[in-house]
Amino acid sequence: MTSSSIARKFAMALSGLFLVLFLGQHFTINLTSVIAPDTFNNWSHFMGTNFLVQAVLQPVLIFGVVFHFIMGFILELQNRRARNVGYASYKGSANASWASRNMIISGLVILAFLVLHFIDFWIPELNIKYLQGDMSGLLESGGGYRYHEELVHKFESHLRVIAYVIAFVLLAIHLWHGFASSFQSVGFNNKYSKGLTSFAKVYAIVIPVGFIFIALYHHINHLIH
Amino acid sequence: MKLTLKIWRQENAAAKGGIQSYPIDGIEGDMSFLEMLDVLNEQLISKGDDPVVFDHDCREGICGSCSLQINGEPHGPDRLITTCQLHMRMFKDGDTITIEPFRAAAFPVIKDLMVDRTAFDRIQQAGGYISVNTSGNTIDANAIPVNKEDADESFNAATCIGCGACVAACKNASAMLFTAAKVSQFALLPQGKVEAATRVLNMVEQMDKEGFGNCTNTGACEVECPKGISLENIARMNREYLSASLKG
Ligand code: HEM
Ligand code: SF4
Ligand code: FES
Repeated sequence: MTSSSIARKFAMALSGLFLVLFLGQHFTINLTSVIAPDTFNNWSHFMGTNFLVQAVLQPVLIFGVVFHFIMGFILELQNRRARNVGYASYKGSANASWASRNMIISGLVILAFLVLHFIDFWIPELNIKYLQGDMSGLLESGGGYRYHEELVHKFESHLRVIAYVIAFVLLAIHLWHGFASSFQSVGFNNKYSKGLTSFAKVYAIVIPVGFIFIALYHHINHLIH
Repeated sequence: MKLTLKIWRQENAAAKGGIQSYPIDGIEGDMSFLEMLDVLNEQLISKGDDPVVFDHDCREGICGSCSLQINGEPHGPDRLITTCQLHMRMFKDGDTITIEPFRAAAFPVIKDLMVDRTAFDRIQQAGGYISVNTSGNTIDANAIPVNKEDADESFNAATCIGCGACVAACKNASAMLFTAAKVSQFALLPQGKVEAATRVLNMVEQMDKEGFGNCTNTGACEVECPKGISLENIARMNREYLSASLKG
């Protein structure tokens, strides 16, 4: 079954939906960094030190991301091979959206962002927790948890904020097509489809714009103070 | 009207092809696109040149033979029509029109604008039928009642003429819309349910074997399909396929 085109798309859709779910959870926690820094610190410490999160959810997430982009590359390669001689004139915009025709481009930008994001947050976390062995999550200077302060510090840089904003715009484009497309891939089509598609389109805009808001909030806050 | 035609010319499957320019004059808006090509070919033949080879048969939008990628779209800029139904009034005096064969690894060029679409026949042969013995045993078509919505949806799927515009339009050269139409027309009817699982598995397997691309759900096929075959058929085929593979 895994060798068929429909099975590959089914797997692509499931991994995509899983990432969509994760994105919502990530957004919820990040939003608390704006409205309730203490809650953000508590949640970050929980996520960073809870055994279940670290030993089960985190590997599943990493597998999900890696599976998704590798399958994306495989599909893209096969699809290119399926049209071995190209058209001299091809009017893609006449019958399909830019987002749907360029999932690999939006995907690659997201991948580049993930590399940056890992260097920014994940590698320092691994370093502090597992190499230095400091699982306390406390600031060296004292005065509570370090997570919120680290986050605020990261968004002081213009360049980083610009990179994040660009990545989230492309994430919105990726999800604009991808989220609704995944329902079709799993064969879901009935009287609820219209409503679900509208929900997916709203989600595709609201969540990335929300992430952009959080990044800009911390950046502007830094500029003002 | 006066036009410049840029046409893909290719001697045979093995030859390297290329675009050639042909000026043409005296084209009327009431002519069909194929009649316009007939005019060109008459001129080429009277000059002793090789006429442009293209597929056509019924010239009334029911056989699916005529193909052609016209200015980057299968069957040209109009909607819900085949190339034989495309009127020259869709173009303006002085226009340049690029005419290419439908492009897909699974549709190799035979000559010029004519491609080999027998991959569709093989998909159909893999399961696009029901096994009934009809010799001397004809069954009344109305003996099994079918509910109206199912009959209508099945009929809509069955209007697919196998032209290949869906493949030509798709950025991935995917044959999902065609295969989904052929799966759906049977899957919706009681007569087709008996072999539904093996049908969808075999037809999808053949579709993949022919080298068509995967579906990205861009929807280009539905927009370009001369018969308005709906994307819902693809969702139905995905559903049928997934449940058939789970059953083993
Ligand atoms: C890591 C980099 C990523 C790459 C390279 C990538 C690549 C792709 C590609 C090429 C497709 C289209 C597959 C096709 O239909 O032919 C796709 C679909 C999709 N992606 Fe991504 N993606 C990435 C990250 C993400 C993220 C972070 C999310 C969600 C938060 C996501 C959600 C989706 C969804 C929902 C689909 C639709 C699946 C379907 O059509 O059935 N992707 N991705
Ligand atoms: S689905 Fe439409 S475009 Fe595709 S072969 Fe059938 S009639 Fe032609
Ligand atoms: S020639 Fe039969 S559909 Fe155009």
